[in-house]
Formats: sequence, structure tokens, C-alpha cells
Amino acid sequence: MSLAKEQRIVLNNYDKINPASIDEYIAQGGYQALKKALTMSSAAIIDELKASGLRGRGGAGFPTWLKWSFTAPIEADQKYIVCNADEGEPGTYKDRLIMDKDPYRLIEALTIAGYTLGATKGYIYVRGEYPQSQQSLNTAITGTKAAGMMGKNILGSGFDFDLEVFSGAFAFVCGEETAIIESIEGKRGEPRIRPPYPGTVGLWGKPTVINNVETLANIPAILNNGGKWFASIGAVKYPGTKIMTLSGDVVNKTFVEVPTDTTLYDIIYGFGGGVTGGDFLAVQVGGNSGGVLPESLLNTPIDFDSMMAAGGSLGTGAVFVINDKRDLLDVVKNMAHFFTEESCGKCTPCREGCQRLYDFMVKVCDGKATVKDLKIANGLARVMNKSALCGLGQAAPTPVQTAIKFFGNKFEEKLLQNS
Amino acid sequence: METVTAVIDGCKVEVAKGTTILDAAKTVGIKIPTLCYHPDQSIKANCRICVVEVEGVQLLQAACATAVGKDMVIKTNTMAVREARKTVLELILAHHPQDCLQCIRNQNCELQTLAHEYNVRENRFEHIDENLLLDLTSPGVHRDPNKCIKCGRCIEVCERVQTAAVYSKYNRGFKVGVAPVLNLGLGEVACINCGQCVHACPVGAIYENDQHEQVWDAICDPKKHVVCQMAPAIRVALAEEFGLNAGELEMGKIVAALRQIGFDKVFHTNFTADLTIIEEGNELLHRINNGGKLPMITSCSPGWIKYCEHFYPDFLDNLSTCKSPQQMFGALVKTYYAEKASIDPADIYSVSFMPCTAKKFECIRPEMNSSGYQDVDVVLTTRELARMIREAGIDIVNIAPEDFDAPMGMYTGAAVIFGATGGVMEAALRTVYEVVTGKTLQDINFTAVRGMEGIKEATVDLDGLEVKVAVAHTTGNARKLLDAIRAGEKFYHFIEVMACPGGCIGGGGQPYGTTNEIRQKRIDAIYDEDAGLPIRKSHENPAITQLYEEFLKEPLGHKSHELLHTHYTKRSLYPFSKEEK
Ligand SMILES: Cc1cc2nc3c(=O)[nH]c(=O)nc-3n(C[C@H](O)[C@H](O)[C@H](O)COP(=O)(O)O)c2cc1C
Ligand code: SF4
Ligand code: SF4
Ligand code: SF4
Ligand code: FES
Repeated sequence: MSLAKEQRIVLNNYDKINPASIDEYIAQGGYQALKKALTMSSAAIIDELKASGLRGRGGAGFPTWLKWSFTAPIEADQKYIVCNADEGEPGTYKDRLIMDKDPYRLIEALTIAGYTLGATKGYIYVRGEYPQSQQSLNTAITGTKAAGMMGKNILGSGFDFDLEVFSGAFAFVCGEETAIIESIEGKRGEPRIRPPYPGTVGLWGKPTVINNVETLANIPAILNNGGKWFASIGAVKYPGTKIMTLSGDVVNKTFVEVPTDTTLYDIIYGFGGGVTGGDFLAVQVGGNSGGVLPESLLNTPIDFDSMMAAGGSLGTGAVFVINDKRDLLDVVKNMAHFFTEESCGKCTPCREGCQRLYDFMVKVCDGKATVKDLKIANGLARVMNKSALCGLGQAAPTPVQTAIKFFGNKFEEKLLQNS
Repeated sequence: METVTAVIDGCKVEVAKGTTILDAAKTVGIKIPTLCYHPDQSIKANCRICVVEVEGVQLLQAACATAVGKDMVIKTNTMAVREARKTVLELILAHHPQDCLQCIRNQNCELQTLAHEYNVRENRFEHIDENLLLDLTSPGVHRDPNKCIKCGRCIEVCERVQTAAVYSKYNRGFKVGVAPVLNLGLGEVACINCGQCVHACPVGAIYENDQHEQVWDAICDPKKHVVCQMAPAIRVALAEEFGLNAGELEMGKIVAALRQIGFDKVFHTNFTADLTIIEEGNELLHRINNGGKLPMITSCSPGWIKYCEHFYPDFLDNLSTCKSPQQMFGALVKTYYAEKASIDPADIYSVSFMPCTAKKFECIRPEMNSSGYQDVDVVLTTRELARMIREAGIDIVNIAPEDFDAPMGMYTGAAVIFGATGGVMEAALRTVYEVVTGKTLQDINFTAVRGMEGIKEATVDLDGLEVKVAVAHTTGNARKLLDAIRAGEKFYHFIEVMACPGGCIGGGGQPYGTTNEIRQKRIDAIYDEDAGLPIRKSHENPAITQLYEEFLKEPLGHKSHELLHTHYTKRSLYPFSKEEK
């Protein structure tokens, strides 16, 4: 067994420092990147990000430099940077690790983002269920202010920046970037239609960049070590590392930060120590919106594009292992149930479709579904993929669709009983 | 103008930059289905029925929300589009009552029309009925939440146009609903009964409290003397119910139809509209000359009155104490008319046909009984009138016209324009000018106060007395005006407010699906009617002169105060106590 190695960039300070202490963060090289950034032009920082190849860790894999390059040049009386820390995908806690164990890293990154984008105000939208992370961040914000690295004229640069922690609204959909904006504005957390994109018309109608915690946490290291260094790590098109969180029927229910060319196999059998309670049956990667994948795909590297090509998704990097003693259909039914509760209900395909897909899974599990039902479910899933308003509804059918695709025999067994 | 060219279903289109695919397709004769789209509202893109394929884009795009891009290749009739449309329709229908035949919007429902056009013959999804309770708490507007398709159009009109903000969404996912706060009824919150949400709704989820059966009962009761009045905005819109254009139906045909239906007397609210001008004009002059509260604000629109009572109670003393024409009429029918015709008012059943759902609330206000009885027994909307005409089997388009009954059927052009925004103001100015100056108006058309502009202002010179006036339609515009007055930014002597967009012709009781385009046509028809009438100033109405001579004696006199004037009630925002309803 080839054992891949962990490589810690965003978790570099994990359990090495007292998270509440800015001095310990600085002793580890903290705030060097901000100091450097303040001597650079916005365009130069974006160039460095471009060279790094950093892409979003929030699930959509969008190139970070490109997103920033739309907003940075816009002249506006106010712009915002929003950190997406809603972390609502089941089995995912990577962002929490960063916020709880190394909050100053995130704050430094957000300050760099603010400087690069010309945004003087930032929000960290933290999942409502994470009060300890909110506290950790608030402590760090106070610490940063006390050290003169937040507020007016940071380090004599003339740049003003302020950050506010905003508690999430206890809804999965509130992690969708435009729903965050609605939520911060005090409205019901529903996605907005795009265009206009938040980069031009975002929070309170102002240009706004939204990035995931893990994405941002990479930025100080990129500025310190150079984009080229980052680009040399992991997969070519989705370089760097990724935090993976392991759960389900796996020996070590743990987390790892690995280069993005690490395979699923290495993660489950190497770091995870293999399957418990039975033999491997399936793995769902990326959270509840991710695909349910069979053993034959375990050699897939975890990077965004390879996972996509395999019919799954990297998503948030959650790895949920399912052994062969489990009733896969029942597990998939529960996945489908999640979306009936979490759809915001704004658009028809998702509001109605999530319920219908769940009803279908119930029917399958009860041995009452017919071949015709299966066909209807497939058609419905296709329509949801293509017509739902936001990523939630578009991805909601994925567990059911991939289960049908990769474990069709399990469905057929159940359908047969009925015919 | 910057344009873009694209190809839709093989047809080349050139449209202004920013044009949506939906609008661009119309230019080449392609209709893309819509449900959440409304021409007078913001784009919501939540129903997803309008999705189309754009070459090179993986996801289907909502045609209502997507601007045509340069050289876009758009397809509106592919397998994927057809599958999506049909699936969206089936999903909605499977979660929607299946009682089209009994539905108030039968044959007039956007969802039903699409189900028909897209040939939904069976539904792949099992029907689910939520059995939600009907909301019958309001005397004006009822709701069947089971029929709601969650398009959000009612939320927007109530929040942005009327700024009453009654509706919001509750729950998530499949169980999402749209309702007043805390799921209270419309009669229990600060709803003004304007019925604009009725027009916004694409389906039968919001509708009027239909009371037309009560009127049949009265007509069939031999002991009752059944009389009716009809607002000026009815004529122009009733035509649309019978396949004609706004205003195409002759007044005399409606009179004939009402007689055919069985009314003992057919009168016109215009009679008391003229009376309102005399009373209100005198009230205005009285306020100006005696240091009374200014600006004086009109009080004909019961939606506006309730809005003021809930949201601007500090302006209640600014409201004219004149009752609305409907209520003046009601008070006179059971006194003046009863006396003249020697009928016991207890036997009179007084019906009012209005373009308005708020009038249903107004007629049951406890103070509206100056005759000793409920002055107006029931208010029916334009739609209910159309239902009665159909039920009676009357071919209204071809019926021979007849005249109104005397004396309360006599009116002037000034009364007719009450139906359009700015009309009450113009009618008042025609009279006030001549009364104050003693001169004859050269041009009686005050065009500055006409039209769909939200707030209109004018200054009128009454021989040295400069009178500043303003006109607002929709309570949202009234809010803007009152805020400016409160802030001391504006001063006026006289303000006209109508709760509904366009004035009464755009009222909540008009044919379903009224849009601003239709409103404009009705407004045009109203001014045409005015221009064609022999008498166009209220103070020249001989029947009104006769009324004062025989009965009221003088404007603002003792009898007037008893019968024609009223008072208002401060109301809280929500939820409010039973007494306030
Ligand atoms: C339903 C839904 C939930 C999401 N939840 C999160 C989340 O919790 N955290 C996150 O960073 N991104 C989430 N996203 C993705 C965001 O919309 C957005 O793409 C991301 O924050 C962009 O940041 P990045 O480019 O740094 O990845 C979610 C998307 C959808 C459709
Ligand atoms: S896809 Fe689902 S979550 Fe997204 S807008 Fe539609 S209903 Fe809401
Ligand atoms: S009747 Fe008017 S005030 Fe009442 S809910 Fe409808 S739009 Fe709002
Ligand atoms: S009640 Fe009518 S207008 Fe309001 S959301 Fe439902 S369907 Fe749309
Ligand atoms: S009409 Fe376009 S999404 Fe509803």
C-alpha cells in the first residue's frame, strides 16, 4: 500500500499554538504575508494568486484570482469581502478546524483580501451551530485590533479594514453565496438570481467577494512562499492541499490535509485505516450533495476535476464510508430526506422535486417501486440538475442518481419484488 | 441604442442590449410560458417554467431572467426544454387542488391555461393535498393557501406597491407557504383590503369574498325593494369580461342588464360623486378660510382610509370628513329616496357595484348606519356583476340600452373621472374654481393631475389664492407623500389619494389579471366618456341642486353632517384586537 503523506498548509499551526494568542501566531510567521501584501499592488497580489492556481474550497472550484479580478478594479464607495463559514454539509468540519485552532490565519487572509479588493469591511458568516468558532474569531478580532493590525490605517499603509462575525441562520442553503447576502441583509435566506453576480452587485448592492474559509486560509502561505510553490503541490489543475474529513464506517474518523493528487483509496485505507464493521461498499465524497461512489473509483485523485470526471464531486472534502452490512438504499433514502428539509422552497424543481425524490426512495425501500417509478425519478433528477435555481437543487439528486448509476443492481432487486 | 443579435429557434433577432430572452422571443412570435413573471413586477425566476437552452451553456436558462447575449443561439423547443416544462407543470399540479371546475379562476388562471397549452393529460406524480385552512377572516379578500404556487407576486405587490407588507413566506422546502405574519388571517392584520394581491396572483389562491348569492336571495324576496348603485370604473372594465375592449360597453346596456337581473331601481354612484364634490369642495374652502387642518386629503378610497388608520394615524385629522360616494349614496337611499318613494327603509336592500374589494369592508364599518340601518347592504365587485349577468343568461353585448332611474341616476363628467387617478382632484378643481372666482373655466381639463405618474403635483390660481395640490395613487406613493409632509419638505392644501394603481379603474374588484397596460386603457376610456358628456361640472348637476333644495338644504349643513360625513379610527399594526377589525 502506497501511503501518501499529509502536508499541512492551512492546518500548519494546528495544535502548535494557543489559538487565542496573536503573539504565538506571529512567532510562527503570522502577519508576514499581510505586511508583504501592503507593499504590493492589488494587481500584483492577484497575479500571485493566478500563478498559484488556487481554486475555491467551498465546493464550486472557481479560480480565486479570477473572482477577485472582477471586483478589484471596480470603483465603488463601498465593497465587501465575505467569508463563507456556514459549513452546512453533513460530515464536514474543515472550516471549524481553522477557525477554532488558527483564527488569526483567517483574519490575516481576510485583511489581505480586503486590501486587494479595496473592501474596507468584511463579514465572517459563521454557521449558527458553531458558537465556539464565533467566539474564537471574536477573540482574535479583538486581539488583532489591539495589535494595530485592524481598524484605521493598518500598519501605516493608509488601508482601513474592519471585520464582523455574523451568526448563520441554521440552514444549509444559507451557505449558498447569494443566500448569505440575503441573510446578512436581514432577509429570509434564499438564493438570488444571477446575474448580477455578487462581484458587481452583492451585499447591500455593493461589489462583494465571497470566499470559503479554507480557500482564504491558503492565501498567507501563497504570498509568503510564492504562487509557483503552491502550484507545484498536488494536482496540476487544482493545486495545493485539501482537508478531508472522514466519517462513517471507517477506522479512523479523523481529518487529514493532503495534496490534491492523493487518491480516495489512500485517504480511506491509508489515513482512515480501512473500513470497519464489514467490507467496503460505497463512499460518498463531498457531503450530502456528493456522489455515492463504488470501489472501482477509489483510485480517483481527490482533485476537483478528477472527481468530476469520475461522476462524483470533491465538494467540501467530506468522506463518508459505507460498509456492505448497510442497506445502501436506506442510506440513500436518508440522504434524499436531508434535502426535503433543507431546500429553501423558492424554486419549483427543488421545492417539489426533493420531496418527490425522497418519496421515490421510500417507495423503493418499501419494495413498492416499479420500473416506471425509476424512470420518472431519473427524469425528475435530470430536470432538477438543469433547471433548479441554485446549486442546492441542482445537486440534490446526486446521491440518488449516482446510486442508481453505480448500484443499479440494488434498485433492480427491490423493484423486481414488485413486478 | 446598443443592440445585440442572436438566433432564437433558427430566427435571427436583433434587440436592445439587456432585453430578456422572453421578450426577444415575443418579437419573433415565440411564446415562452411563464408563471412567476409579471409585467409590472421585478424578475423572480423561481417557477422555472420558462427555461430554455442556450448553446454552450450546460444548465437551462430562465428566459425571464436572462438577457440575450451577443450571438447567443437559443432553443425554446428541445427535448430537454419540453421535459423541464412538463415536469415543472406536473410538479406544481400534483401539489395543487384538482378542482378547476369549482375554482373562482376557472378559465382565467395562468396555471390552468398552461396545463391546457402543454397538454398535461396525466400526472407522473401522485397528488398531495395539504388541506390547509381557507382564510375567510377578511370581509374583502379571501385566500385558499392550497392553491398557492409560491410565486411571490402577492408578496411583492403588497410590500413594494402598497407598502402594507402583509405577506411573507413561512417554512422551507415542500412545506413553504405564503401568508400574513404568524399565519394570521387577512382580517387580523394590517391588510387594507385593496385586493391588489388578487390581481398579482396567477391562480385562484387570492380572491374576493364573493357575495353575489346574497343579492339573488334579496332579488327573489318579494318583500324587498332592491336598489343598486354602480361606480364609474365599472363600465370601462366590465366590457373586458365580455370579450370587448376597455370602455366598449355602452352604459345603457349595463342599466338594461341590471333591470333584467331584477333590480327595482338602477341608480349611479356618480350622483353622489357629484355630491361629494360639493361637500368636499366646501369643506376644503372652509378649512382654508378658517385655519383648519391642512392638507385636506380625500376620503373616497376605503383602502386608503384603512391604510391611513393603520400606518399614519397622525394624519387622521387631515382626512376629509366626507364619506365616500358609495356611503353617501347608501345613507341617502334609505332616507331621501325612501321618503320620496314612500318606501319603508327597512324594506330597502341596497346593493353597490364597485371595482373594489375594500368597499366590502367599508360598508360594514359600524359607523356606516346613519340612516338607522346599515346604509349599504352589500358590495359586489365588477367580477361578481359579470357572474350575475352570465348566470342570468343576458347577452349584454346585444341588449337594447336603457336609462337610469331618476333622480339618483343623474350625473356629470366630473363624477365619471372619479374612476381614474387624479379624477377627484380635477372634479373638485372644476367646481372650486368656479365657486371661488365666480368665473367660468376656459379649459376644464386639468391634465397635470391625469395619468399613471405615481405622484402628481399642481398649483392652481383661484384669483390670487394659490392652491397647491397633489395626487397619489397606490398607498406606497401616499406613504412617500406623507413622509415628505411629515418631514416638512412639502406643503399642500389638498391631496387626492387612491389606494389602487391607476385609481379605481385598477381596483381589486376589477377583472382578474389587471395590469398597468390595461389600467391605462381604462383611464383613456374614462376621459373619453367625460369628454362626451353634456354636463362636466358637479355643481351644474340639476339633480344635486334639487337634492339640496328638497332635503339637505345646504352644503356642510345639519343634515349633511348627519348623513354624509364620518370619522376615523386609529388602528394598530398587528396583530390587533377583535374590536378594531
Ligand atoms: C446549497 C449550497 C450550500 C453551500 N454551502 C457552502 C458552505 O457552507 N461553505 C462554503 O464555503 N461554500 C458553500 N457553498 C458554495 C458557495 O456558494 C460559494 O461557491 C463559495 O462560498 C465560494 O467560495 P470559494 O470560491 O472560496 O469556494 C454552498 C453552495 C450551495 C449551492
Ligand atoms: S434550488 Fe432549492 S435551495 Fe436553491 S433556490 Fe431552488 S428551492 Fe431554493
Ligand atoms: S388586499 Fe392589499 S393590503 Fe391586503 S394583502 Fe392584498 S395587497 Fe396587501
Ligand atoms: S398566493 Fe398567489 S401570488 Fe401569492 S405566492 Fe401564492 S400563487 Fe403567488
Ligand atoms: S417565469 Fe421565468 S422562472 Fe418563472
